[in-house]
Amino acid sequence: MAFGSGAMTNSINDLSQAQVFLVIGSNTTEAHPIIGIQIKKAVSENGAKLIVIDPRKIKLVDFAHIWLAQKPGTDVAIINGLLYVILSEGLVDKKFIRERTEGFEELKKVLSKYTPEAVEKISGVSAEDLRKAARLFGQAKSASIIYSMGITQHTTGVDNVLALANLAMATGNIGREGVGINPLRGQNNVQGACDVGCLPDVLPGYQKVLEEANRKKFEQAWNCRLPEEPGLTVVEMTNAALDGKIVAMYIMGENPMLSDPDLTHVKEALESLDFLVVQDIFLTETAELADVVLPGVSFAEKDGTFTSTERRVQRVRKVIEPIGGARPDWQIILEVSRALGYSMSYAHPSEIMTEIASLSPIYGGITYERLENGGLQWPCPTPDHPGTPILHREKFSRGLGKFHPVEYKPPAEEPDKNYPLILTTGRILFQYHTGTMTRRSEGINEITPTRIVEVNPNDAKKYRIEDGEEILVISRRGKVKARANVTTSIRPGTIFMPFHFAESAANILTNSALDPIAKIPELKVCAVRVEIANKKQ
Amino acid sequence: MKQISLIIDGKEVRVAKGTTILEAAKSVGIEIPHFCYYPELKPTAACRMCLVEVEGAKDLIASCAFQVAEGMVVRTQTERVIKARKLVIELLLSNHPLDCLTCESNGACKLQKYAYQLRISSSSYQGERHSYVIDESNPFFIRDYNKCILCGRCVMADKYVQFIGAIDYTHRGFNTKISSPFDRPLQETPCIFCGECVAVCPVGALMEKNRLYKGRIWELKKVNTICPYCGVGCSITLWVKDNEVIRVTSEGGVNKGSLCVKGRFGYDFINHSDRLTTPLVRKKGKLVEASWEEAIKTVADNLHKVKKKFGASAIAGLSSAKCTNEENYLFQKMMRAVIGTNNVDHCARL
Ligand code: SF4
Ligand code: SF4
Ligand code: SF4
Repeated sequence: MAFGSGAMTNSINDLSQAQVFLVIGSNTTEAHPIIGIQIKKAVSENGAKLIVIDPRKIKLVDFAHIWLAQKPGTDVAIINGLLYVILSEGLVDKKFIRERTEGFEELKKVLSKYTPEAVEKISGVSAEDLRKAARLFGQAKSASIIYSMGITQHTTGVDNVLALANLAMATGNIGREGVGINPLRGQNNVQGACDVGCLPDVLPGYQKVLEEANRKKFEQAWNCRLPEEPGLTVVEMTNAALDGKIVAMYIMGENPMLSDPDLTHVKEALESLDFLVVQDIFLTETAELADVVLPGVSFAEKDGTFTSTERRVQRVRKVIEPIGGARPDWQIILEVSRALGYSMSYAHPSEIMTEIASLSPIYGGITYERLENGGLQWPCPTPDHPGTPILHREKFSRGLGKFHPVEYKPPAEEPDKNYPLILTTGRILFQYHTGTMTRRSEGINEITPTRIVEVNPNDAKKYRIEDGEEILVISRRGKVKARANVTTSIRPGTIFMPFHFAESAANILTNSALDPIAKIPELKVCAVRVEIANKKQ
Repeated sequence: MKQISLIIDGKEVRVAKGTTILEAAKSVGIEIPHFCYYPELKPTAACRMCLVEVEGAKDLIASCAFQVAEGMVVRTQTERVIKARKLVIELLLSNHPLDCLTCESNGACKLQKYAYQLRISSSSYQGERHSYVIDESNPFFIRDYNKCILCGRCVMADKYVQFIGAIDYTHRGFNTKISSPFDRPLQETPCIFCGECVAVCPVGALMEKNRLYKGRIWELKKVNTICPYCGVGCSITLWVKDNEVIRVTSEGGVNKGSLCVKGRFGYDFINHSDRLTTPLVRKKGKLVEASWEEAIKTVADNLHKVKKKFGASAIAGLSSAKCTNEENYLFQKMMRAVIGTNNVDHCARL
């Protein structure tokens, strides 16, 4: 990547030192409420300025100085447009560009066509607003970029992130307090799952599978032969299962039956397997399809660590005994491995951490003892290293930061005559991912509006939809019923659905077209039409 | 920063300029009683409980809002101060339901604590009492106006910690209370049910519903851990009785003690009756209960069979962003070293 690491460059607590926040594709107050507080506080009490780029009028817009409501899927154009203005008005950080980066000339070439007027045509954001936002960002001494799934869940997800990296580097907003590129991780331990190697192309600590030296090191430590080729990503697995190339799957603590795009397809794939094991704490939609279900335990029943979105490794402590006959997931894996003829023995999760530390340099100095006082931020290579609150202080992990010129590409599916609206999906505060946990919390269910779809009044009028009415949302892949919430919170031409509800699973509609590099499905944009639900067909 | 020297109860104290008397006293272990003061909040000097004597000043001074000055001499235990405190407590008790027997705040309540310290068991003021209906309209916490001492902490936390503004002082005089505009249920206000207000209430006026009658404070075990919901990684403390989690609070951490609705109230899933408690194996098309031995053997036999017939690359594993690092590490180790494939990923690609 642009500077060699996909985590938050800065820390949650230094966000408060930013003069300007650019929040793009993150409904922060709902998905990451505590970071939302930090932004609101900085704006209300420290005079920080806030730019929100989002097709929905999210709560943070109430605190924002500038809100750009773009057509979903046009982020690259917007970001390039910001850079165009920053460059043409002389607001770039020349010293930073000269000393710490390479490739700026190539970037300049690409930027030349992203005039605010051209960007207005693509994105629907007025040229004047774009200029204002660019000036605010470009003039700030410290500006922090915050993004989330709204940026990554596109066929152009990687381009979006690269464009943001260009913006941060061109303005010198890297490697200090109150700046940086800060992706907010959705689930509590996505960061950790990646760090310790639950990715098909890297071993623990982001060590590439393709490099022989890495494989050698792990082969020696694990006493085995390792496969040389990177494996399949989650969406590729589904396709391979349908093609009969994947025959058995082991799924631990995940519910792809709700979280993956194009659910009908996922169900077919899982049903086509010869053998499916699911390890979870509830009989999820996915577990119902399994041949064997192994009862794991919740976070309260085991010791371990989670790594937060700011790369902080923190201690999870056992609070209660496992419920019924359930067992800690780490013990289950040990037993399955043993039954497969490979014996591993650890008396306690802390011993597993010792092994992780010995094999992945970014965790090299982490021990349970050291974590007693509030956690450590990786990279933490040695036992006396204090951890790294801010990345890329003196230099980037790859040396010089590289500008990657990126061009705007339209989303894989654009609205047309038959499917004239854009559907975008996302999280809402009171629910969490696929709802396996929150939907079993009575209070949270009680106050959550279920099965809603947000429609702009203009569109409501056009399609004769009344507020509160049941409507059908139809895409090329399926249809879902939901209740219309007519609101100016959403831009015209776009409708919004949360993805937590099994009964109106928005992901039946979404597109599983993938970003070619990161292999992230385009959950944020697909073309749909709406109909009144009880209309005669 | 400039240091200031002063004397509190005969002790020399040195603190940074701008420190309040209350905080300066705290730094040398002198606790000045207070209701409305809360470390994270701006002082409001509403409760009059933290009054102290300052040499040279005619009136008693609210130590929570008054900043130290060079050479200041402060006394926190004089007869005049104690008398003022007693008056505050007596006035509060004159309109407070003394139902400590069943109040969940028993043992943690500041009113009870100071009444005990000052040896006041009931009030000599007999006056009008409130008999409000308890507000139980939201699913997470109750508001018992009868117990509210109007310290205003909840209002400040709602406004200046969470920046929401769902509640405020309403009505006047004896009928003053804290509520949403027009007393509407919180669901119909911007309230986000973060529970910040509940966390700062010094008495039993705001109380989590889920813990009611589940155990006295001193019977509960407390364990510090990390919130299982989003990637912010807030520090939380779980309160447990009889293997059941009945309350979540927070101190410190990256979240500085604040939580959101999920972290504070979203824990019923832990002890939920839907939890899987035994392995299940599919037999004749149905998932039926099985022993661990049988389940593990079925898994191993089938994975073995598939590997033999189609090769390791016909097997794939999805691990979990909800499991620990150690478990994720072991999972990919199992896929790679034991099964022999790099087909391992997790669901959430961000
Ligand atoms: S729960 Fe949170 S938002 Fe609601 S009133 Fe209390 S502090 Fe305000
Ligand atoms: S509800 Fe509690 S915090 Fe709020 S004013 Fe009353 S006593 Fe104080
Ligand atoms: S309390 Fe809320 S913001 Fe904090 S980690 Fe949990 S879900 Fe995230």
